[in-house]
Amino acid sequence: MMFRKLTLAAVLAFSANTAVAAGSEVHIEDFDFSFEGPFGSYDQNQLQRGLKIYTEICSACHGLKLVSFRNLHDEGGPSLPEDQMRAYAAGLEVFDKTMNDGEGDFRPATPADKFPANTGAGAPDLSLMAKARAGFHGPYGSGMNQLFKGMGGAEYIASLMVGYEETPECAPEDFPGSYNSAFAPGGYPEECKDEDGHHTVPGSWIAMAQPLYGEDLEFDDGHSNELHHEAQDVAAFLMWAAEPKMMARKQAGLTGVIFLGLLSVLLYLTNKRLWAPHKNKED
Amino acid sequence: MSGIPHDHYEPKSNFAKGVESRLPIIGLLYTTIMAPTPKNLNWMWIWGIVLTFTLALQIITGIVLVMHYTPHVDMAFASVEHIMRDVNGGHMIRYFHANGASLFFLAVYMHIFRGLYYGSYKAPREITWIIGMLIYLMMMGAGFMGYVLPWGQMSFHGTAVITGLFGAIPFFGEHLQTWLLGAGAVGQPALNRFFSLHYLLPFIIAGLVIVHIWAFHSTGNNNPTGVEVRRGSVAEAKKDTLPFWPYFVIKDLFALAIILTVFMAVVGFMPNYLGHPDNYTPANALVTPAHIVPEWYFLPFYAILRAFTADVWVVQIVNFLSFGIIDAKFFGVLAMFGAIFVMALAPWLDTSSVRSGRFRPMFKWWFALLAIDFVVLMWVGAMPTDGIYPYISLLGATYWFAYFLVILPLLGVIEKPLPMPATIEDDFNAHYGPKAGGKATTPAE
Repeated sequence: MMFRKLTLAAVLAFSANTAVAAGSEVHIEDFDFSFEGPFGSYDQNQLQRGLKIYTEICSACHGLKLVSFRNLHDEGGPSLPEDQMRAYAAGLEVFDKTMNDGEGDFRPATPADKFPANTGAGAPDLSLMAKARAGFHGPYGSGMNQLFKGMGGAEYIASLMVGYEETPECAPEDFPGSYNSAFAPGGYPEECKDEDGHHTVPGSWIAMAQPLYGEDLEFDDGHSNELHHEAQDVAAFLMWAAEPKMMARKQAGLTGVIFLGLLSVLLYLTNKRLWAPHKNKED
Repeated sequence: MSGIPHDHYEPKSNFAKGVESRLPIIGLLYTTIMAPTPKNLNWMWIWGIVLTFTLALQIITGIVLVMHYTPHVDMAFASVEHIMRDVNGGHMIRYFHANGASLFFLAVYMHIFRGLYYGSYKAPREITWIIGMLIYLMMMGAGFMGYVLPWGQMSFHGTAVITGLFGAIPFFGEHLQTWLLGAGAVGQPALNRFFSLHYLLPFIIAGLVIVHIWAFHSTGNNNPTGVEVRRGSVAEAKKDTLPFWPYFVIKDLFALAIILTVFMAVVGFMPNYLGHPDNYTPANALVTPAHIVPEWYFLPFYAILRAFTADVWVVQIVNFLSFGIIDAKFFGVLAMFGAIFVMALAPWLDTSSVRSGRFRPMFKWWFALLAIDFVVLMWVGAMPTDGIYPYISLLGATYWFAYFLVILPLLGVIEKPLPMPATIEDDFNAHYGPKAGGKATTPAE
């Protein structure tokens, strides 16, 4: 019954699609990431810093259940040395339902295990977050700018991290959540809409309290721990978590483009030669 | 099997003679691959090869994906991620398959509009056209069901919306929808059967492709002039044609290589550009995405579906005349399927005796408008339904129907066609100049 209603609701939503709700403008900063563009690659140090931020801060509420510990050792990823990767896994506990005569028990993780799922606080899993959000939609919602800027998933995450700004004056003090200028789908107080229902401030109110403030932790590589840098590091790590084979893919893409480009040239010449006698061209 | 006079395969060795007398398969392949093909075909005639290639690509990558995919509501999403993360080369195979669908539809739209402009649908090629339309419908079915399989948010809610269209049919719609889904709502039965059908449809398409090729090999290809190949004798036909191999195979492969270079760049550098981020969130019946948008290749017809809202006067009249049986929702569904149906009827709606748009001075402009209309509908199909967008949808949808139902029938009566070349050879020579000796060109080989 509930499903029927939902289906119906979806059909109604589609026939009267109010897709882009009145003025849900957000600020997505176009951060520069090392992995952008056809030749871009992950910065191994950045991914390791991001892993540290994830481990010490994000993982308190979020899970990463699609990523295996062994992936931390993968080339084209954080590339932790094998002993560090094993030590990292062993430092975390996973629930093994085959233990204790089928009742299950916790045990230290091995490289074959996946990061624990974590839904306790109702926080979404982050394994695919960088691909499940698009930072850029324009112009006019056509998505054409994604051609040049990319989907912007990592930019979105980094913008969200730095998007916690002072609560606008229009909002009532007890409005639930934290104001974030990069977050669109959250709660929004009526007081901050104009008479046409348009939003007067960008973003919305997000349930997640501000996770990063800058100088939250120290990095072994001595890299800056300002908020802006931390935000970018964790966003880069989550991009890797969502697309761990990006480096291999771009490599394959480049090889394929070069090979097919050469093939095109050869076929062009073959075709020209083949048709020349029929097109009355001097050979 | 070709209606154009041509050379036949003559087996030489005793072995070949023996095979040919028992199963004339070499002769069949010879006739197919050496089919006399109008030598003036332009670059819009390459899409057939691209489509054939893409069908093979989809079937091969699909077969590999199935080896690792699990059609279960609790495991489908994770099994796709397993392909992306753990299967050797799995991320490439899946991205090839997902973007291959887009290449398939890009090519089919180019192919269809080629046919619409050069009048390829006209007698005697109506059956080729109808089979092509059937293939296109099956492609849409396969494309839609394939998008369900990753079991992301768009998969789930898109399925709810699209099967909901059938629910809009009066009287038995709801039962039909339940029958299609195998349950009252989108769930395990739907996922399982869509998986089954998604695997089946491409093979039916492959069969129809063979019939499609058979049909146009019987009539001969159309060509940019729409003038038929002369069929008086083999020698005469050879003045207008060249054998498919090697001339058109090499030409088509060259075009295919360029298209695949671009395709490879898309897969390698921006494989998610044509997808929707929401589909990287596992299906959740309780959370409806803010925008339920179909894949880009459905958008023009999605726009037509949404164009006819309850405040359009045509809808109100139909609603009144049908005693409320045809409401706005059902009208939209009829319009969407009708938009494809009128396209399938083009051979009988077009009254002009001239095939090629090249010699139809008025048709040219109306056709250009149709092509623009298609792109506008595609764009507006992804837009929200407030502000100016509904008016654009309605205008675009109206023109789509007007083109097929009013403009095509009228143009044939009022239009004065331009002079046409007498033969394909004349047209070819006008472009490339006759060889020394002028018209007395010796046929190839």
